[in-house]
Amino acid sequence: MPAVQETVERVRSIDVDQYKYGFVTDIESEKAPKGLSEDTVRYISAKKNEPEWMLEWRLDAYRRWLTMEEPTWARVSYPKIDFQDYYYYSQPKSTPGPQSLDDIDPEILATYEKLGIPLREREILLGIQNPTSRVAVDAVFDSVSVATTFKAELAKAGVIFCSISEAIREHPDLVRQYLGSVVPVSDNFYATLNTAVFSDGSFVYIPKGVRCPMELSTYFRINERNTGQFERTLIIADEGAYVSYLEGCTAPQRDENQLHAAVVELVALKDAEIKYSTVQNWYPGDKDGKGGIYNFVTKRGDCRGDNSKISWTQVETGSAITWKYPSCILRGDGSQGEFYSIAISNGYQQVDSGTKMIHLGKNTSSRIISKGIAAGRSENTYRGQVTAHRRATNARNFTNCDSLLIGDRCGAHTVPYIEAKNSSAVFEHEATTSKISEDQMFYCLQRGLTQEEAVALIVNGFVKDVLQQLPMEFAVEAQKLISVSLEGSVG
Amino acid sequence: MALLEIKNLHAQIEDNQILRGLDLVVNPGEVHAIMGPNGSGKSTLSYVLAGKPDYEVTAGEALLDGQNLLEMDPDARAAAGLFLAFQYPIEIPGVATMTFLRTAINAQRKARGEAELSTPDFLRLVKEKAGDLGITQDMLRRGVNVGFSGGEKKRNEILQMTLLQPKLCILDETDSGLDIDALKVVSEGVNALRAPDRGMVVITHYQRLLNHIVPDVVHVMNKGRIVRSGGKELALELEASGYAGYSQDAA
Ligand SMILES: Nc1ncnc2c1ncn2[C@@H]1O[C@H](COP(=O)(O)OP(=O)(O)OP(=O)(O)O)[C@@H](O)[C@H]1O
Ligand SMILES: [Mg+2]
Repeated sequence: MPAVQETVERVRSIDVDQYKYGFVTDIESEKAPKGLSEDTVRYISAKKNEPEWMLEWRLDAYRRWLTMEEPTWARVSYPKIDFQDYYYYSQPKSTPGPQSLDDIDPEILATYEKLGIPLREREILLGIQNPTSRVAVDAVFDSVSVATTFKAELAKAGVIFCSISEAIREHPDLVRQYLGSVVPVSDNFYATLNTAVFSDGSFVYIPKGVRCPMELSTYFRINERNTGQFERTLIIADEGAYVSYLEGCTAPQRDENQLHAAVVELVALKDAEIKYSTVQNWYPGDKDGKGGIYNFVTKRGDCRGDNSKISWTQVETGSAITWKYPSCILRGDGSQGEFYSIAISNGYQQVDSGTKMIHLGKNTSSRIISKGIAAGRSENTYRGQVTAHRRATNARNFTNCDSLLIGDRCGAHTVPYIEAKNSSAVFEHEATTSKISEDQMFYCLQRGLTQEEAVALIVNGFVKDVLQQLPMEFAVEAQKLISVSLEGSVG
Repeated sequence: MALLEIKNLHAQIEDNQILRGLDLVVNPGEVHAIMGPNGSGKSTLSYVLAGKPDYEVTAGEALLDGQNLLEMDPDARAAAGLFLAFQYPIEIPGVATMTFLRTAINAQRKARGEAELSTPDFLRLVKEKAGDLGITQDMLRRGVNVGFSGGEKKRNEILQMTLLQPKLCILDETDSGLDIDALKVVSEGVNALRAPDRGMVVITHYQRLLNHIVPDVVHVMNKGRIVRSGGKELALELEASGYAGYSQDAA
């Protein structure tokens, strides 16, 4: 049987139902009534004991959202979402308050175990006194932070790392100053929805001149049936500060499509640097394309000060639909933006992802390395925008955008928008599309590699430029995840 | 027992019958040379034995150590000890040669239920064998066969063969593209692998290679069959007279 044929057969037989992380933790939840109205917004705000200004902000967003249309320009298709058919808030009932790890529901800890959170991080979650690694975990279980660790040590450095709800209560001045300053209330349909109903998320503030003493890490987990997830994250690096933030996600299996619309805002002041890394491994749907997470994310970083730098690194392997464009606004003179991405689609997944680099300041530079891998019957689109405004003298961009196809029923697409209003801008764009050839597969097999080993080897070679951008904690995990995601993509 | 036993092998590709009743027996320790005109099916034979997709075996059998090769997946054939040095080695961009070698060695070890080679052992081994073949550390860092010259690709094939220590080595025109010095180096590499329990099938157009790798048996292949077999002097005869006398042999 010709290899391609064989590939197709195997892809047909992928048992996506065996999704490794498909399980539901049984914990009683407290939910807002189904559907979305001003009352829902008030319910959420009240649940979180929010100040009046926050409620007003949410309500303003909600009213604007009512006038907005769902965007349709992305290369993804899905049945119309009934926004009244979701729960917009749920909270594990047994939340003990984030002070003591001993109080945490053992079910939750068992969940982390199944997720394969690295042992050292589990150690921290389990409250072991002298954990071997220095990764602080702010675990978000459904909508509420249930554990925050290493807080004391971070506090010593003056770093604030807490849930956004807590930040709204404890650090209202910082929150009011920066929240919504990168992604405005009516930025886009999903961001506006998020603003109205966001449930929780993380808040980070690194004070002037401080290098955050450890990587900050959050694991997100969607757990409740029909719970829309609306995380809100705000990270501020004050002048000369540095922080590396890791976000990792997996979700249990379910039939209903789950809506997820997060907003992440990053602010880097003068000479500050933020490195934001994501590994996204949500449920992609079953072998017939049923179920799976709808992931509509707005992530944007503002290089607000001179010589500031923001790097996005993402490994996207999950979700039925991914709509995600982590972007950088290069406002400060000499600021730098980076986007490193690995986006893998298999089965019936649809990925439309990329970045925007908006050059506003002088001598700003940006770098985009995107690796898209499509297998099965998936569609994988890179959408990138690079613009230089009139003031942006000497703007530089380098874009390298490669696609790899596995089998012949998938698609890879590249949609670059490039615009320079300043004639000194130098934008370079490279793009390639390749396919794992039958000859390459046979060569590997002849040397004794199995089909899966061969694909993993070739794919890992294809993505290694991006993998090496990930912090060590993530690189190994991501590499494993890539192999797992492509399991069954060929014979 | 014969190491390789091929009986009445018929194979086709896209409805073109290429192998038409080929018989060949290679005993442990023997080196067999196969010569024959372009298009006679020499590479096809090597691909069919290695299990390349697209080739359909329509009759006959092929046994390696008594195991039915034709029923095994290509990777299982490799793990069972079959190695093919490709006439045209394949490029795999992005995958460092070093990584490829290591993955291959460990994949075969795993398939045979053996433990992985430790990193220091692997590095020592590669360094030594690559040095013998004049393969630089820089080449080992590059993508598999990417940017390698024709001769470098062939040497890389022999390096892989040396590291994998197969039972049956099939070399498809390993000499083409090699300069005189490289021919010597490669031949030495191949000769170093000659062993009482190992067999080799050396496909070549030129007697020159057989001065370095002296065969026990020389076969002439034409139109998908072995049409004549003899000792090493047969190669000299072919060098002098060409294949003119064989074209009408096979109907
Ligand atoms: N995909 C194919 N479709 C049809 N015919 C093919 C295909 N591949 C090979 N052939 C034919 O099979 C025959 C044998 O080819 P093969 O490569 O085995 O010859 P060879 O003896 O190795 O020749 P050379 O000495 O030139 O390397 C040739 O006539 C070739 O054209
Ligand atoms: Mg040939």
